[in-house]
Amino acid sequence: MLDNAKIKGKGLKSSDIKDGSVLTQSCNPKLQYAWDTGQAVGQYLDGLKDGKLVGKKCNGCNRIMIPPRMFCELCFKETGDWVELKDTGTVNTFSICYVNWDASRLPPGAKPHLPAVVEIDGASEGMGILHVLGEVDPKEIKIGMKVKAVWKPANERTGAITDIKYFKPYGG
Amino acid sequence: MRRVAIVGAGITKFMRRAQETGKELSYEASKMALDSCGLTLKDIDMVTLGTAPDAFDGVHMKGEWLSDGAGGWRKPYIRNYVGGGTGVFAPIHGFFHVASGMADSCLVVCEEKMSSCHPHPQGAFKTIFDHTLEQPLNPTLIWIFALEMNRYMHTYGLTKKDIALVSVKNKRNALDHPSAQIPENLTVEDVLNSETLAWPVNRLDISPASDGAAAVVLMSEEKARKITDRPVWISGVGWNIDTAYWATKELCYPRYVEKAARQAYEMAGIKEPHKEIQVAEPYDPFSYKELHHMEGLLLCKKGEAPKLLADGVTQRTGNLPICPSGGALGVGNPIAATGLMKIIEIFLQLRGEAGKRQVPGNPKVGLAQAWGDLMQVGTVVVMKS
Amino acid sequence: MKRVAIIGTGSTAHKAKTPDVSYRELIFGAATKAYADARITHKDVQSFVTCAEDFIEGYSIADEYTPDQLGAVLKPMQTIPGDFIQGLGVAYMMIQAGIFRIVAVEAHSKFSNIKTPDEVASFALDPVYNRPLNLNPHFVAGLEMNRYLHDSGNTATHCAAVVVKNRKNALKNPLAAYGAEINIKDVENSGEASWPLRKADVSNRADGCIVMVLADEDTAKSLSKKPVWIKGVSWCSDTPGLETREWGKAVYAELASKKAYEMAGIKNPAKEIDVVEVDDEYSYKELQHLEAMGFCEKGTAGKLILDGELSTNLSGGSLGMGHLLEASGAARTYEVVTQLRGDAGERQLKKAGFGLAQGWRGVPTTTGAVIILANS
Repeated sequence: MLDNAKIKGKGLKSSDIKDGSVLTQSCNPKLQYAWDTGQAVGQYLDGLKDGKLVGKKCNGCNRIMIPPRMFCELCFKETGDWVELKDTGTVNTFSICYVNWDASRLPPGAKPHLPAVVEIDGASEGMGILHVLGEVDPKEIKIGMKVKAVWKPANERTGAITDIKYFKPYGG
Repeated sequence: MRRVAIVGAGITKFMRRAQETGKELSYEASKMALDSCGLTLKDIDMVTLGTAPDAFDGVHMKGEWLSDGAGGWRKPYIRNYVGGGTGVFAPIHGFFHVASGMADSCLVVCEEKMSSCHPHPQGAFKTIFDHTLEQPLNPTLIWIFALEMNRYMHTYGLTKKDIALVSVKNKRNALDHPSAQIPENLTVEDVLNSETLAWPVNRLDISPASDGAAAVVLMSEEKARKITDRPVWISGVGWNIDTAYWATKELCYPRYVEKAARQAYEMAGIKEPHKEIQVAEPYDPFSYKELHHMEGLLLCKKGEAPKLLADGVTQRTGNLPICPSGGALGVGNPIAATGLMKIIEIFLQLRGEAGKRQVPGNPKVGLAQAWGDLMQVGTVVVMKS
Repeated sequence: MKRVAIIGTGSTAHKAKTPDVSYRELIFGAATKAYADARITHKDVQSFVTCAEDFIEGYSIADEYTPDQLGAVLKPMQTIPGDFIQGLGVAYMMIQAGIFRIVAVEAHSKFSNIKTPDEVASFALDPVYNRPLNLNPHFVAGLEMNRYLHDSGNTATHCAAVVVKNRKNALKNPLAAYGAEINIKDVENSGEASWPLRKADVSNRADGCIVMVLADEDTAKSLSKKPVWIKGVSWCSDTPGLETREWGKAVYAELASKKAYEMAGIKNPAKEIDVVEVDDEYSYKELQHLEAMGFCEKGTAGKLILDGELSTNLSGGSLGMGHLLEASGAARTYEVVTQLRGDAGERQLKKAGFGLAQGWRGVPTTTGAVIILANS
C-alpha cells in the first residue's frame, strides 16, 4: 500500500520563486556544436543549395531514400546511386500549431505554423521529410494533398533545409 | 534463468515544481522503497538509475550527479536510458542485474526534475529533432504528437471526441492516487473546449511537465522469499527501437511497441494477451497514445481501442482496466518516474494493495509499458503475482 | 556458470578531426568491421548497447539516433550514459541472464564537433555549489593531482614519464592520433593547465568509434577461432561531491577491481595479469589507477614507470591515442583483446594470457569500470 503519509514532496508555486521566499540558482550555459554533415547529408545540403532534392538508392532493397544515406539501415550495406528527386510530394500528415518551440504562444492573430510530413515524389513510398506548409488556408489542408516546394532565391540559399521556404498546394 | 521479484516500492508526489532537488527526490523514493520491505542500503548489491534528458535537470552527466541521492555511493551503479521509455526500461535493467547472477538485490530508481529547465521544459525538446535537417524549422515537441495523432485519426476514421475520453478517464482515476498532480473530474466537452495547442492536440490532451521520483527493489527468488510472502514476479521483459528516420515510417501504428510486447509475451508465456492480461498501464503522455499503445500491445485490434474505451471496458471496473493509476495524464508525467509509477501500480494491483484504485477480480497478470524517443521506443514489462 | 566472450571488434583510426564523415558514417564503419570480424551480419545481433551522453552528442535524447548505423532498427537497443566498459558489463549481464546470445556494444567520440568542450564539462558540476565559481573544469584534475602526489609521494616528473611513455607507445599503434617522441622537459615546458597539471599531462581530444560483439559460450565457440573470455567485470561510483571525496585515492577503481578480481579468481594482479590498459586521461591518473588496482604498492607506480618496469598502456593510452570520451574505455579494451588474440603486431607481448582494461568517466566524476579478459 502506498502510505499517503510517507509520500514526500513539497510542491511550489511560481510565486514562491518570484517573491524570493524560495531561492534559485540560474545558469545559461554556452553549449555549442558544429556537426560534421558527412558524405550523405553533405551532398543533400549541396543539392538544396542548387534547388534540388537528392536521394540515394539501396541496391539491396531497392528503396530510394530521402534524406540520403551512405548505408542502408535495413540491409546494412553501402548504398548505390544518387537519384535526383522531384520537389513535389504528398502530405502524409499535418498539424496546425499555435505554440512556439519553447511552448510560448503565438501572438494573437498570428498565422499558425503548419508542420507536415511530406512524402517526396520519386522516392520510395512512405519516404517523408518534416517540413512546413505555406500559401494555404489551414482549413483546406488534407492528408493526401499534393504539394510543391517553394524555394528561396538562389542567391539566398545556404545549403540548409530552410532553403525550401515551405511546401504549397499544387496541381489537381 | 533466475526468477526476479519486485519486493518493495516507493514514490514521491508528482509536482509541477518541487522544492526538493533531483537528488532529494531520488533519495525520498529510494528510502520509501527500502522501508517498504524493511531493508537498508546495506542490503542492496547494485543500483540502476533511469532518468530522461539531462536538459531537464540542467546537469551534464546527470546520472553521475544524482548517484548519491539514488543510493549509488560506492556501489556498482549505472544509468540506463531509452528516452521516454526509460521508466519501464529501468526495471528491465534491474532484472538483468539479478537474473544474470551479478546481484541478489538491485535498487531501481527513476527521477525527473523537469521544472529546472527554463522558461519551459518543452524547450528542451527542440534538440530531440535532427540537428541538421529538422531543428532549423524550429519544431516544438507537440508537432510530432499532433502529426501522429492526425495520422491515427485519419487512418481509422476517428474524431477528437473519441480520443478525449482517455483524458477524462485517467484524470478521474487519478483522484484516488496519493501522488497525483492534476486529478480532476472533467467531461469530454472540457477537453474539446480546452485551448488548441497544435491541432488536433488540445491542452487537456497532454500530460503536464512534472517533478518526481519512484523506486522499486528487485530481488532473486531465494532472497525475496525470505522477506515477503507476496513477491510480484517480473515474468516478461521486452524493448525495441525503430529507425531514427521517423518521417519515413507509418505513424498510425507503433510497430516497435508490438515488437517489444511480443518479446515480453514470449518470455512470460502469454499467447493471447487480450485475454490473459488483466490490468495494464500503457504510457499515456498524450490522450491518443494510450489507445495507440493498447493496439501495439495487442490488447485489441488495430483501430479498435477507441471502441473499448467508449464501451467502458477500460474503466477500472471494466473487463480490461487501463491506467487505473490515473496515468501520466492524471498523476503527472516526470518522464522516467512515470514509467516506474506504472510498474508500481501493477505491483500494487497484483498484491491487492491498490486501495481505492484496486481493480476487481484479484488480477494475477498485469503489464506496464512506456514509449520514447522520436516515436521509436517501446518498453514492456509483464508481471505476475 | 557458462562464459561470455568477445568475438569481434571493429575500430576506426582515431583522428583529431573527421570532417569527411558524419557520426552515423563513422559508427557504420566500425560496426561493419566488428560484424565481419565476428563472422556475423547485423541480423545475427539480438541486442545493442550504445554508450553516450546527451550533451556530448548535442542532442536532448541522443538515444534516438543510435539504431540505424548499427543495424539495430526494430531491435532491443539501449543507451548507457557511461563508459564503454560499463556497456560491456550490461551486455555481459543480458547474456548471462539468458535473454540474448549475441549482443553488440558501441561507443564513439565526435569530440571535434563540440565547439565549447570546457563549457560542456563544466555543465557536469553541481549547479549550486560548484558551477557559479566559474572555473575551468580541469581544475578538478588539478586538485586531485595535487592531493594524490602529496599523499602518495609520486612526483610531477613521474607524471611526465607517463606522458613520454604513452606517446612513444602510440608511435607503434596505427590507430593512434598522437604518437610522438618527446621527453620529460617537453612535458615540463608545456605550460600550466591547472597547477600542478601541465598542458601535456592532459590527453588531447580525438574522434573515433569502437564496436565489439559479445556472445555466449556455445555461440562463441562455434563462431570464433579466438574468443576472448570475460573473466570479471565490475564498475563503481564514489561520491559525486567535490566536497566529500577522497582526493588522494581512486576509490572507484579500487572497489571495481576488487569485485572483478573476485569474479576472475585473481589474487595477485601484478603477477597474474599480463596486459594492462588503464585510464590515463590525465597522466597522474595512470599512476593512481595502477596503485588503486593493486599493480604496485602505493607511491611506487611513478618510479616503476620511470625505470621502465611497468609496461602499461602499450596502446599509447588516451595520452597517445587521443581522448575518446565514453569510447576511451573501449580503446583500452580493444588493445587488451588485440594482445590476447596475438594480433598486436610490433606491440605484441610475448606472454599475453590475461588482460585488464579500466575506464574512468573523466572530471568531475568518480565513476570507473574494470574488465578482466583471458584467451583461454
